[in-house]
This record gives sequence, C-alpha cells and structure tokens, in this order.
Amino acid sequence: MDHGKIEKNLGLMLVLTMFAISIGGLVEIVPLFFIKGTIEDVRNAEGIKMVRPYTPLEQRGRDIYVREGCYLCHSQMIRPFRDEAMRYGHYSLAAESQYDHPFQWGSKRTGPDLARVGKKYSNEWQVQHLIAPRSMVPESVMPNYPWLLSTALDTSDMASRMKALRTTGVPYSINKAEYDNNVKEFGEDVAKQLHIPDAQKNLIEQAQTGKYDGNPADITEMDAMVAYLQVLGTMVDFSKLDSDNFVKFR
Amino acid sequence: MASVAIGSGEQYNYDIVRKFTIMALIWGAVGMLVGVTIASQLAWPYLNFDIPYITFGRLRPVHTGAVIFGFGGSALFATSYYIVQRTCQARLISDGMASFTFWGWQAIIVLAALGDVMGYSQGREYAEMEWPVDLLITVVWVAYAIVYIGTIMKRKEPHIYVANWFYLAFILATALLHIFNNLAIPFSMTQSYPLFAGAQDAMTQWWYGHNAVGFFLTAAFLGMMYYFVPKQAGRPIYSYRLSIVHFWALIFMYMWAGSHHLHWTAIPDWTSTLAATFSIMLLMPSWGGMINGIMTMSGAWDKLRTDPIMRFLIVALSFYGMSTFEGPMMSLKDVNALSHYTDWTVGHVHSGALGWVAMISFGAIYHMIPRLWDTKMHSTKLINVHFWLATIGTLMYITAMWISGIMQGLMWRAYDDFGNLQYSFAESVAAMHPYYAMRALGGAVFLTGMLLMLYNCFMTIRQAKSMPAGGLAASAA
Repeated sequence: MDHGKIEKNLGLMLVLTMFAISIGGLVEIVPLFFIKGTIEDVRNAEGIKMVRPYTPLEQRGRDIYVREGCYLCHSQMIRPFRDEAMRYGHYSLAAESQYDHPFQWGSKRTGPDLARVGKKYSNEWQVQHLIAPRSMVPESVMPNYPWLLSTALDTSDMASRMKALRTTGVPYSINKAEYDNNVKEFGEDVAKQLHIPDAQKNLIEQAQTGKYDGNPADITEMDAMVAYLQVLGTMVDFSKLDSDNFVKFR
Repeated sequence: MASVAIGSGEQYNYDIVRKFTIMALIWGAVGMLVGVTIASQLAWPYLNFDIPYITFGRLRPVHTGAVIFGFGGSALFATSYYIVQRTCQARLISDGMASFTFWGWQAIIVLAALGDVMGYSQGREYAEMEWPVDLLITVVWVAYAIVYIGTIMKRKEPHIYVANWFYLAFILATALLHIFNNLAIPFSMTQSYPLFAGAQDAMTQWWYGHNAVGFFLTAAFLGMMYYFVPKQAGRPIYSYRLSIVHFWALIFMYMWAGSHHLHWTAIPDWTSTLAATFSIMLLMPSWGGMINGIMTMSGAWDKLRTDPIMRFLIVALSFYGMSTFEGPMMSLKDVNALSHYTDWTVGHVHSGALGWVAMISFGAIYHMIPRLWDTKMHSTKLINVHFWLATIGTLMYITAMWISGIMQGLMWRAYDDFGNLQYSFAESVAAMHPYYAMRALGGAVFLTGMLLMLYNCFMTIRQAKSMPAGGLAASAA
C-alpha cells in the first residue's frame, strides 16, 4: 500500500494509529481478568480462604503507607530465587495482593522487601524504627517518621473508605446476606471485621487492644501503620500447604 | 504566500509557544533541583529534616511530575504547537483553546506537586495525581487534541509531515493510558481507591508506566527530533522510507513491552515473556529513529565543531541509541533477575531522561528562542558550557548508578562458603553511600547547566524586548 494515502488522510492515520497502539494492552492485560489461574484460590483444610481483606485498622495503615510513598523504596514482591527465599521467605503469590488497591509491589529496593515483614519484628521495634530508623539500623537511609506517633488517626471516614473499596470488588459486607457469605468464606471472626456498619467501632477496638504503638489511650497513625506492617505476608500459612502447591499457577 | 508568511507573528500563534517554552525552562530548573534534593537525601538522610512534606517519599513524585510533565510536557506543547503550525502552514485553530491548554497544564503541575507534598497520592508511579487532577488532565488533553488535530486539518500541504505523526501517536496513546490507568472510586473530594487490585493493577500500571516512557518521553521527542535535526543541520531527513517503517513498528511494539517491569513477579509467566520478546524487537525501530536522525547529518558533520545546538541534538540521539540498547538487554529475564529493584534501573531511566529527553529539548529550545523573539542568543559560549555540563553530569549520574546497581544485585545474591547469604541488606545500603553521593553531584552538575540555560534565555528575551518595535515580540500581543 502506498503510504502517501495514509499521510494525506488524517482520519485514516488516526484510526490506524489507534489500532496499532491498542493491540498490546488488549492481548496482555484483558485476559488476566478472565483466566482463572491468574489469582490462586488459597484455602485451608476447612475450606476457609487464607487471604482476607484488611481489617479497618490495617487498611488505614496501608493508606498511610501509600501516603508516605513507602513503595518508592520498598517492594512487596518476593521473586522465586534462592537468595530471596533465604532473605525474605516464600515467593509472593498473586492471591496475597488480591485485595490491594493499589498494588504496592514497587520497583525499587532502596530498603528491603516488605512482603513478609509481618511478625518478624516486635511492635516496639517497628515503632522505634519508624520514629528513628538509624537508632535500630545504623546503615539505614530511611527518613524518620516521628509524626506517625503524634498524629491522631482520623477514624471518622472509615465506612466511606470501605464502601469505595467494596465498589471495586473487595468483599466488605454492607448487609446480612453479604455478612453471612463472608462468614462462610473467611470465618466468623474475620467476617465481623469486614462488616461496614461496624467499621469505626472495629477500628477503635483493634487499635486499643492491639498494643501497636504501646499506648492504648490514644489512637494514632502509628497504631494503623504497625498493624498493617505486622499483617504483611502472614495470611497464607505455607506450612499447611504442599511445597509444590503453586507450581501449576506459574 | 508561504515564504512571506514564515516568521510572521500574525500568520502563526507564537505567543503560546513562547509561554510554554518559558515554563519548560522554569519547570526544568525546579524539577531538577528537587531531583538533586532527593538524591542528596539518599546519601545524607538527615536532609529529610523530620518534616513530613519534604521527606523522600513525598518529594520523589514532585521530582518526576515536575520533570516529566512540567519540563517535558511544556517542551512538548511548545514544540508541537511550533512544528504543527510551520509544517502545515496554518495558524492554530483557536487561540483561546491553546491558551486554555497552557493555563490548564500549569495548574495541573502545581496541583500535582501540592498534592504530593500534602500526601494525596494514588500510590502509582508517575500517576500519583489524585482523581480531581486526573479529571483536569483529561479535559486539557482533549482540548490539546482538538487544537492539534484541527490545525492539521487546516494544512495547506497535502502530506502530513512525519514529526506530526509522532505527536499524534503521543496524544492518542497518552489519552488511552491516562484514562485506563486512573480508573478509581473516590471516597472523598481528594482521595480514591484504584479500580483494579494486585496482579491486574500491576499490569495496568506498568502498561501505563512503560508507555509513558514510550510515548510521552520517546515518540513525542522523536517528533521533536524529526523537525529540529533537519532544520538545524540544513539537510533533509536521511530516509523517508525508514521513518515510515520505524514509526509504525515503534508505536505498535511499545505497547507490548510494559510487563517486562514485572519479570519474576506474580503475574502469569507468558505475559512478561511476551513483553520481553517485544522489548528485544523494539531495538530495531528505536535504532531506526536514531539512525535516521544521525544520518541526516551526512554532509554537515562539520557543524558539530561549530554549532553547540547541533551537538545537543546529536548527543541526545547517541544517548537515545544507548539507552534503547540497554533497555532490551535489561528486559532479558536473566539480566533482569540481577538488575530489577536496583539502581541500575534508575540509571537506565536517567540516561534516557537526561541524555535523550532533556538534551533534545535543550537543542530544540535553543533553536526556537531566537526565532520566537526575533533576536540572537545572548551567548553562544554559554550554550557550549551548558552542553559540556549536561554531558558530564549525565555520565557521572549513570556511571554511579551502574556501579551501585550491579553491586547491589551481586551483594543480594552472594553466598558464603556455607551457602548462607553473605551480606545483610543493611550492608548493601552502606556500600551504596559513595555512589549516592556521586549521583547527587552528577545531578548538581546537570542542574548547573540548566540554570545557565535559564540565565542565557532570560538575557536573550530581555534584550529582544528592549529592541525597537518591528520584531516578533512587537507583533505578538
């Protein structure tokens, strides 16, 4: 075909350009919403889903993680290599970030990967490290985050946050039917945490009883941040699964 | 008619080009200053000063926003409006809409930066802007497309010049990427949650992220190259046929390459394999552009000795060729296993951003400014000094990042005699310090060149305005 026809015809050029730039995304992204094995269905022996949506407090911690731009220095995606297995643990599953809006896999490790940082350090260590990282790790180049401990957590808009997440597909429940379904999928204890009408109550309760920032009286951003860090990578209990359980998904 | 009209301020809307050119210079200086700041914070963390608004995590999107969308974006608006009018011999269809794109775009950059420091972030690289800013971007972009396409429709020449193909692809692709990557459900007037999660969200984001590079920072700047290199060299483009082939191949293939940013992650293996395959093929259309630009110099090589603007353009093409070789290489899974998550990626981005995007823009702006203000550059010597500062600064930056990146990758996977990990993560952080300092210094050298340019252009414009009426400046109002 004579290219002159295209470069003399603006409409044709626009249509062909649009066609050329649309194919790649259509082929690579769209199927991931339909191919079943993209997100593994990880359940325990009782058929309960191991990966659950975040509790209100954890979700607020995640929001602060996003706000502070932590993803610019910390990845949350362990690759299937021997050194990463030794340093961080089992490689990350797609299922483990299936409720992550946005995903926080990151692209740079100025600091270490955090996909399985949960329960590796005590709450006290996390608080001290966030306030003054170099007091715990002298080589660190991380900024200090003292304001997390001094800023009260805004608990008032928790329900509207969860409602927005529910719209995107996170199974937070808003009525009895949805709640009952969550009891079946995640068990009763988890289902209670996912119930939007109780959002603010659950949030305050977890912050006061969880001993995250060491001060049950005040609910601070530190409570939320530590609650989030401590749950990272802890939902799937790999000791209960065969080591080759996930090979079929790769 | 046409020969009389060229250079006449009434024939063309140069006012809008001047405005965007000035803002490109200002955002360049601001964005690079923030870049040097955050580079220094990584070398000397006390520079975060315990102030939330200026910690690394909040300033980094300010840096990327100001240099990509402020500096790069303004340079693209300026050059595209300049080129589309001159190659179509037609004035922009609407001064009002063009002016709207200017004020709208500047508002976007300011609001995005304010949002970043205040902590309103979508948590997506290069798309941190929250939903109200995203909506404004959409409106401004539609206005831009209307002005640009409308002006091409008015062209007096039947053929659409090759530079405009690239700008058109950039406008369409940016719209497509922006809309799908920013689908979100708001929960307040300033915040939202992205529609997609996990693996699908990652794929969408890196389809966006990679093609922001492919179309915003590559295709559009190739459009710039296709006008200013032949103009400055006084030679026609080397090969018309090559420009056709590499244009269609480039815009088709780029869109497949995004998930090479997700090698070895929890996406299906075939997607990143497919992306790597296209990334490797992408070398050919990328080098097609470089060859077409550099070979345009045939018969005019002597200009490199006398013309610092020509040097900017040709060195830009050289860095383009280098980073588009490095990119496919890093998209090989085995190389990526080492390079991913390290500073090598940062170095790669900057050899493209400083070496290609910024240098081609400097060349284009130095070419345009005397023509826009109907005067001569205040100092050619300063352009030359700027050229050397930019080149040395870029080389220092990318060399530091190559060393630190490869070193990180090797330290993370090193084992001792007993098969244990040899280094703790903290030890690898400590080992980076000298290279982080060297990177900050390289950035500072590059920034110094940018400030010289700002001064040189300011003096040029001031001297033009003080000249008696009759020049372009007088007829601009």
